[in-house]
Amino acid sequence: MLGALSLGALVLIGASDNSVRMERLGHQMMCVCSCGQVLLECNHVGCTYSETMRHELAAAIAAGSSDNGVLQTFVTKYGATVLAAPTNTGFDRIAWLVPPFALVVGIGGAVFIVRTWRHRSTGASFPVKSGVSSDDLKRLREKARKETDL
Amino acid sequence: MPQIGSFLLLLALALCGYSFVFGIVALFRKDSLSTLVSETARRAGIASFVAIFVAAAILVTAAFQNNFSIAYIFHHSNRDLPAPYKFATLWSGQEGSLLFWSLLLAGYGFVLRLRHKTDERLFAHASAIIAGVQIFFLLLLNFAARPFAVLPGPMAAEGAGLNPLLQYPEMVIHPPMLYLGYVGFAVPFAFALGALIMKYPGDKWIYITRRWTMVTWGLLSCGIALGAHWAYYVLGWGGYWGWDPVEIASLLPWLTGTAFLHSVMMQEKRGMLKTWNVWLIFTTFGLCIFGTFLTRSGVVSSVHAFAQSSIGDWFVGFLAIIAVTCLFFYVRNRSYLRSEHRLEALVSRESSFLFNNVLFLLICFVALWGTLFPVLSEWIQGHKITVGPPFFNSVIVPFALLLLFLTAVGPLLAWRRTSIESLRRNFLWPTVGALAVGTILVAAPPSWGAPFGLRPWEDIAYFYSLMAAILAALVMFTVASEFLRGGRVIAAHTGRSLASSILHLGHRNTRRYGGYVVHIGMALIFIGVLGTPLNRAQEKEMAFGDTIEIGPYTLISRSFTQTETPNYSSSIAIIDVMRGGKQLTTLYPESRFFTATQQPQHVPSVFSPLREDLYVVFEGLNPDTGHPIIKAHLNPLVSWLWIGVLVTLLGTALALFPNAPPLRAVAPAALTKDIPANAAPVGAGD
Repeated sequence: MLGALSLGALVLIGASDNSVRMERLGHQMMCVCSCGQVLLECNHVGCTYSETMRHELAAAIAAGSSDNGVLQTFVTKYGATVLAAPTNTGFDRIAWLVPPFALVVGIGGAVFIVRTWRHRSTGASFPVKSGVSSDDLKRLREKARKETDL
Repeated sequence: MPQIGSFLLLLALALCGYSFVFGIVALFRKDSLSTLVSETARRAGIASFVAIFVAAAILVTAAFQNNFSIAYIFHHSNRDLPAPYKFATLWSGQEGSLLFWSLLLAGYGFVLRLRHKTDERLFAHASAIIAGVQIFFLLLLNFAARPFAVLPGPMAAEGAGLNPLLQYPEMVIHPPMLYLGYVGFAVPFAFALGALIMKYPGDKWIYITRRWTMVTWGLLSCGIALGAHWAYYVLGWGGYWGWDPVEIASLLPWLTGTAFLHSVMMQEKRGMLKTWNVWLIFTTFGLCIFGTFLTRSGVVSSVHAFAQSSIGDWFVGFLAIIAVTCLFFYVRNRSYLRSEHRLEALVSRESSFLFNNVLFLLICFVALWGTLFPVLSEWIQGHKITVGPPFFNSVIVPFALLLLFLTAVGPLLAWRRTSIESLRRNFLWPTVGALAVGTILVAAPPSWGAPFGLRPWEDIAYFYSLMAAILAALVMFTVASEFLRGGRVIAAHTGRSLASSILHLGHRNTRRYGGYVVHIGMALIFIGVLGTPLNRAQEKEMAFGDTIEIGPYTLISRSFTQTETPNYSSSIAIIDVMRGGKQLTTLYPESRFFTATQQPQHVPSVFSPLREDLYVVFEGLNPDTGHPIIKAHLNPLVSWLWIGVLVTLLGTALALFPNAPPLRAVAPAALTKDIPANAAPVGAGD
């Protein structure tokens, strides 16, 4: 009895694991019917590809293929465009490397500009006067309002 | 009728040619004739609007009259098409949408030319530039994509019909909004280029174009949001954004336009970033044209229409002309764009604007990089690859979170430099509040339902969701603290109630506080998006009485019915939604089959409480059993996305209102020399 329960639990865990894998892998591939949608999201009525591809995916997962193995099988059958994102190998890796590189260059460049400008800044201060004329005061108030939005 | 339409488009081309050539001649002549020539150029521009307007009206009339001798009407309409969609025929295909684009540009030009008294010389420059842009579109309409082309032989009895995906009310509004946004950026572009050409003294062009830019930005935002809403409620795949090239094409100018709206404040307040601003607006307009090229050239694959047309080369040529013109005048007149001030501190309002601009441009670049990478891959490796949603979601989300952080922090930083004391005072409570929100989301049990019980260590997507929630809360708390602080100051000086003071505060500087409302809208949009990794779906064949359990809901199949209209036939499943044994609503997911196009289409039915969307799709009938196959999605927080869009548009509208004059204090405070040494400055940006 205990053995049967354990077996049942293992089967259920396995099924749950397979459905998680199905969900994950199904979102790493595109439907090849030219709809431009991720495989598990293609909902074209009468789509001749997505249903077949989903069955193939479920079968490959049930057969115990590794994630890479499943993806490779699909690439072999449907071509490289079946993968929803570039791989992290060869030339495709550049697609992944450029965005963080751009981030570092962009933020670094902005920090560099601010630092350079700050050092070049004259740091001029307002001359100290014993008496401030009303015109000066008006001009300074206007400048303060303009610069602070108040 | 098609002949009259074609003639009007030729006439419009001639008028725009005149307006462009003689507009420029008048600008370079110094004699007394120049005023007269300039006036005739202006009037020719106005007349071109009339010609294009009548041409567009003729095309719409032809759709209503079922004039299938015109190829465009034959391909995009049919007799039983409902009236609103016959009207929408104008922008449903390539030629018509280009005519619509041209019409909107002519409309903007018409308003601009009527307001020429504001600054005749600057407006004359802008008018000539608008005429130049218009010439390009009219050349397309007359020689490459003719909307009035006639089919050979006798007129067909019936048209091929409109794409079923376009037969929804939002499709009557979405493209016009998007085009108004796209085309609208031609106006600030024209003013920026005109100001650069004439070395316009001061920043008046910025003030003149401020409203144009905000209105344009608002319309583009509305257009993008409507597109997402349409995708969600019509396409039936359970999402609203798929990173399709056409979606990205609309996002690119929005990103640079948003950057411009921020950085232009630096020019207004501090006379800085003049070169940057001019190039931002050039880039924004260039991206509008580039986006059009991208989606109509067939360079990249898109689920949208137009993708395989042959007018891409025209756009490449036009883009080259724009780039060369902008570059030429920039090199010639760049001394005019010298900054009046320099950045003084890393932690300051100016720096936050700079970083915010960098992030907007980085997101723009990365989106463009992902869109064009398949082309690059094909060129280098000899085969195409797909760059789809997983890529964009992975690389753009971190950038967007950084931007959200700056949205929270930037408005509370002072101009020029911010002290540690000011940082502590402004950020302590908002930060505590935001962290409390994050803690609750993680500590709460998952049984409370998404987004509670987030486990950021289990998946990077959950970590991003948690960060988005914390940062969105930070944005809202900082904005609320800004309103409260300003309101308290006014209340103390005027004796008004706090609520009335906050209202007055918003009215006194509409652009600033309207901008804050936009920030709240953006935070809400992020809240709507952060639920995406928590989406769930289930699919099941449902006979009478069968159920689907999803989240806290039980769906019970009640019935199945079929209806027929002249335009389409449809199958509808009737499904009760129960929660805790109580019926909440009934959903009617539908599958339509359009008669003219012989194409099927799903129409999802959605139950949208604020917590989550229950999104039910009729996937089809099982041919063996005849039972409907139902797919149910549970999408947390999506309603907040649409609320966020509405708040964003409200904030944009608020920012367009004129400012109210400052209130008088109850008792004017006397200036005293004895100001305490530790007195805190008043208001934000202090």
